[in-house]
Amino acid sequence: MSMHDNISGSGRERSRLRLVVVNNDAPQDLGAPNPEMAEALVEEFDIDDHAACLQAVGAHQDKRAFKSLFSYFGPRVKAYVMRLGCQPGQAEELTQETMIKVWRKASQFDASKSAPSTWIFRIARNQRIDVFRRENRPELDPNDPSLIPEPEEAADSVIEQKQSEMQLLEAMNHLSEDQKAILKLSFFEDMSHGRIAEHLEIPLGTVKSRLRLALGKLRSTLDDSRLPPTDGRRV
Amino acid sequence: MTIRHHIADEILASYASGSLPESWSLLVATHLALCPSCRKAARDAEELGGALLDELTPVDLSEDAFDKLMSKLESAEPEEEAVGAKKQTTEIPSVLPEPLKSYLGGDLHALNWKRLGKGAYHIPITLRNGEGKARLLKVPAGQPVPAHGHRGEELTLVLTGSFTTHQGEFLRGDVEAADDDVEHMPVAGPGEDCICLAITDAPLKFKSLGARIAQPFIGI
Ligand SMILES: [Zn+2]
Repeated sequence: MSMHDNISGSGRERSRLRLVVVNNDAPQDLGAPNPEMAEALVEEFDIDDHAACLQAVGAHQDKRAFKSLFSYFGPRVKAYVMRLGCQPGQAEELTQETMIKVWRKASQFDASKSAPSTWIFRIARNQRIDVFRRENRPELDPNDPSLIPEPEEAADSVIEQKQSEMQLLEAMNHLSEDQKAILKLSFFEDMSHGRIAEHLEIPLGTVKSRLRLALGKLRSTLDDSRLPPTDGRRV
Repeated sequence: MTIRHHIADEILASYASGSLPESWSLLVATHLALCPSCRKAARDAEELGGALLDELTPVDLSEDAFDKLMSKLESAEPEEEAVGAKKQTTEIPSVLPEPLKSYLGGDLHALNWKRLGKGAYHIPITLRNGEGKARLLKVPAGQPVPAHGHRGEELTLVLTGSFTTHQGEFLRGDVEAADDDVEHMPVAGPGEDCICLAITDAPLKFKSLGARIAQPFIGI
């Protein structure tokens, strides 16, 4: 049984904030709309929609939305950091730190730029690098005036983001077992390509070409649906 | 500016997955600032990370995990935006893009170069964790770029000027990848000093699985 079930009972149920407000109020209040109710109606969102939950946390620190995110992503973040070598206790700690960042940074979440799982993946990844590897995570600064902007900003809609994640998973199913294994090793085992080669007992060149092929296949799936062709050659 | 020499997909994927050492990540992130094409590819790889996170079999958290978290949040708030506010960005584009500029503590004019000989200079870059080496190199126009490592892989990102190898000309934003097998003798192009960021492979490689697992705990 997953934590999802532990925390939220039937997690799949679709509940809406409006219903909670109604339930909390005395029945006689229903006829006379009060300001609280009006506000709650505006803030109505789908508790199982992760993007909507992140937005609700960002906009007004919505605890129910956060609990929904925690129930879904907490146990996955724990699984992720454990696959990367964390002991259960430390994994629990890292999950807590990650979810604290999710709470604090939720207002920076932009549904048109990334899927919730990608956004939370980044936070978990960086948190692990910071705490577990004790390294900094160098990242570009989107406000750096030296940054070369995109030729034309392809404004993906929220729906396209969701679709592309589904297409990605679909495309992954079409990879060979070898290719899938290499992708997972590189995401979940914290191995350099050299170490993956040792682990699988295959030459380094094979690791690189297999990974390159797998990424190429995934990219072409994404390209077909939304990406402009990449320019230039990759070394 | 058209970048012709990019970062290999599998290195971008390692950056996205978080398995590259800090030195390599520094070079990748600096290239990403200059290269929309690789930026897109890195974002795609992060999306793959998100999709894989979604797919993972969840591991139960302790019963009181959520309550513990909420009480932590209630006692710790507020601490928001400290990171964002600290970073002051100017309006004027600098020669060195972020994150390299912050690692060096300023743009080109603020740097203290150390003499390397033959007119070349360098600045070793301090990383929080010492796996791998990073340094800024300045090579006078027309001079050979000093070799920066004999073993393992190395990457060189051009920031000003240019250099040429048997693979062609490398200009601002271009990345040269070299390993043991590659005979590379880059020579800086005419007219302008060539300034580049060079990173070399980790000096220590932990061969055994045991050492790899122990590494985070014994802190090497
Ligand atoms: Zn590039």
